[in-house]
Amino acid sequence: MLPVINEELGAYSDMFMLLAAFAYAVALIVFAWDLAKSNSTIRAIEEDVLRTEAKEFATVGAPDSNPYASTGGAQPPRQLVDDSMDYTAASGTRGIARIAVVLTWLAAVVHTAAVVTRALAAGRVPWGNMYEFLSTGALLVAIVYLLVLLKKDLRFMGVFVTLLVTVMLCAATMGFPTPVGHLVPALQSYWLIIHVSIAVLSSALFTITFVASVMQLMQHRRQAKLEAGGRDIMPFLRLVPSAGALENLAYRINAVAFVTWTFTVMAGAIWAEAAWGRYWGWDPKEVWSFVIWVVYAGYLHARATRGWTGVRSAWLSIVGYACLIFNFTVVNVYFDGLHSYAGV
Amino acid sequence: MAAEDNVREDRANEAQGAGPDKPGRNARRQDVTAPALGFTGMIRWAWTQLTTMRTALFLLMLLAVAAVPGSLFPQRAANDAAVTAYLENNPTAGEWLDRFQMFDVYSSIWFSAVYLLLFISLIGCILPRTKKHAQAMRTPPPRTPARLSRLPEHGTLRLGAAGGGGHDDGGAPSSYEARNSAMRRAAAVLKKRGYRVQERPAGEGGAVASVGAERGYLREVGNLVFHISLVGILASVAVGGAFGYNGQRILVEEESFVNTMVSYDSFSSGTAFTPELLHPFSVVLDDFEVTYDRDTTSSFGQQIDFEASVTTREPGEAPQEQTLKVNHPLRIGGASVYLVGNGYAPVVTVRDGNGDVAFRGPMPAVPQDSVFTSLMVLKVPDAQPEQLGFVGLFLPTAGEANGVGISLDPSPALPQLQLNSYTGDLGLDDGTPQNVYVLDTDEMTELNSRNLDAGGLVINPGETVDLPAGKGSISFDGLQRFAGLDIQYDPSKAPVLVFATLALGGLAVSLFTPRRRVWVKVSDAEDDEAAGPTMEYGLLARGEDPRLSHEATEIRRQLSAAAAEHRPGTPGEDQE
Repeated sequence: MLPVINEELGAYSDMFMLLAAFAYAVALIVFAWDLAKSNSTIRAIEEDVLRTEAKEFATVGAPDSNPYASTGGAQPPRQLVDDSMDYTAASGTRGIARIAVVLTWLAAVVHTAAVVTRALAAGRVPWGNMYEFLSTGALLVAIVYLLVLLKKDLRFMGVFVTLLVTVMLCAATMGFPTPVGHLVPALQSYWLIIHVSIAVLSSALFTITFVASVMQLMQHRRQAKLEAGGRDIMPFLRLVPSAGALENLAYRINAVAFVTWTFTVMAGAIWAEAAWGRYWGWDPKEVWSFVIWVVYAGYLHARATRGWTGVRSAWLSIVGYACLIFNFTVVNVYFDGLHSYAGV
Repeated sequence: MAAEDNVREDRANEAQGAGPDKPGRNARRQDVTAPALGFTGMIRWAWTQLTTMRTALFLLMLLAVAAVPGSLFPQRAANDAAVTAYLENNPTAGEWLDRFQMFDVYSSIWFSAVYLLLFISLIGCILPRTKKHAQAMRTPPPRTPARLSRLPEHGTLRLGAAGGGGHDDGGAPSSYEARNSAMRRAAAVLKKRGYRVQERPAGEGGAVASVGAERGYLREVGNLVFHISLVGILASVAVGGAFGYNGQRILVEEESFVNTMVSYDSFSSGTAFTPELLHPFSVVLDDFEVTYDRDTTSSFGQQIDFEASVTTREPGEAPQEQTLKVNHPLRIGGASVYLVGNGYAPVVTVRDGNGDVAFRGPMPAVPQDSVFTSLMVLKVPDAQPEQLGFVGLFLPTAGEANGVGISLDPSPALPQLQLNSYTGDLGLDDGTPQNVYVLDTDEMTELNSRNLDAGGLVINPGETVDLPAGKGSISFDGLQRFAGLDIQYDPSKAPVLVFATLALGGLAVSLFTPRRRVWVKVSDAEDDEAAGPTMEYGLLARGEDPRLSHEATEIRRQLSAAAAEHRPGTPGEDQE
């Protein structure tokens, strides 16, 4: 039967959510500090190495073999991150980044508490309205990122991921505050658990590929400029793998996300059949889910088309994410459709 | 569809000794675009253009863009009333938008053109690829490249002194039989890992024995299944939708519905529909129950659950008691019955000027808001000497704000009717269809309203109120609920579900099955013949394959383990 609502526990959940947002914001600042500082620290170390090596080479007389001799000169500066994005012995030296990761874990724990108490207070899954969808989605972004972080050194993404998570939580708590409550009858279905959880997961994955694609474009511009003999415009990108490696990362995650998104749309169609009597009715939400699906299908095809790999496919990935955001915000709030009750 | 990974393909050609500028897709297209084509040439050129990846990509993007207007403007298929309202509010723009089929986007010429072209392009891509893959599945793995060291993953194993069958003396060059048996062991390893292998033994006195192996044929199969299923979905929608129908019906408690055309309040059907497709089942609404939210302050009083108890009956079968809820439709005789709305139907009795009963029964009132303030319209054409009409509100929990009656809660705690009454001609006699929920008062005289001395009618349950000037009376006898039902029959559902499931499966297989080629070569080391035979291996991925190096490591481990088993005495030791 219908669950009992616990408004007091709901109030605790709201408090945890604010705490989590605050913790992510702090992690964001520390991540940004790491990027800024790593850059200057590394330069200092390099200059130091250069000086001592120059001295040694002066006595030995073999300056050509100095790997750092040309830094800032004709050759582009070395990347400080392996394209495989594995942790290396040198990874541990970024102490500030480590603090940032710990802070993100802490934030994620508080965030989990917020989402779990919300679910307990409502006696159901915590994705019945936009506030819950956003806050649970943000938690999934953070958790996916932290889990990948256990295996791969993606700390260079930290600033962007924590920024997005903070923005999502702020949007949830300020833009769509919704007190804990019952589900309207149309949402009382086990498809809510299946359809929406996969939608949240897909959105979290697309969020991460969006970050990778944006960084890919930045890195691409920087690499092109360096190859043309220009100045290093964004030196902090030395902590970021090459554009090609970022493209592969985005592609792999996008491939998974495309499959889960396909499933989201299919599960949605099955649910729509049970709830509204038709599996597809070009409701605004359905239209935009379809548009997103087509754009990411285009992305996957672009990767196999000559002349469309690299920058162009990265733009497709970004456009797809923009459609996803549009679908969640503008379509939910301003468009009149059957999904509107899922909104505010 | 994915023209396989171009770069890797080039690298494979290169490793096999073919030049990178072997005529490929682009070169062929240049040939075709040469002038003086003639008619068939033009057709061929157009076909080639349409089936290129680039065109498919363009059409995909166009499809995404073309779908958008359907979310910006109301659509006739989903909400006809919204389109009519839009046209009334924006007469000039609306007319132009309508001319460009902006209110029927998904059946418009331009939207259809895009997706039909896309599907033709798709079919033009599927057919040759199916043929090609059917051949590939019967073709042995490609010949062993001359230099395995040019492949993205490669390595060398020294098989040690007794690299062969164990009867060679250490330190001597291996025999070709020994090389062949080492090669066969490698082939066995690869076979066990799911590769299709072809053994290429060295002839008598031959220097090189090799294995060609390939796996991941399912990748392309999955890809083809995915794309063919998309065509299947489109075909199912087109064919199945034509035979379907859907209709709406408001059913008051204790009322019964029989699935025939005349029973529907509104009805629409596909182009191939015939009335014989209506399965003659019946539904009786026994009871309708609503649960209200009394737990939260934010949505206090909202309907949080409702269910209809119904008795269904199919011809020749015993009646069945069932529960109908949102998200839990009834499935009867291929059709589905959905609960899409609910409301109140006050039971009233109207007596006319002659004192005869002119109307008796429940009259559904249309809910206007979340507290179920409901619009009530009652037409009494049988009233004598003059027809009667009533319009006004039904309030489930009556209250007052600024002198106006409002509903305070959606539950029927204090039900009340607040009506205006009219007498005269209802305008029904000329046969023009009328909206049941709109009272046309042009030919009628107002009897009761706030503006008249007589005032509006306020009727509580059990009360009877007389109309002015002896025109009759109206009583509020009781209250019933009604359920809004939607009855659907769509034979495309099952095939679309099957094709969609196949598409999802095919997609996952095509994206996550790695397609790999492996070659293993056994020959005597070039630098040191006395060291015995060496085994070279090389791996090549077709398409994205982040796990290729892991696969290389695993194969290396198994190859050296297999070699060690056949080398008595010394433990397996390998080196790069």
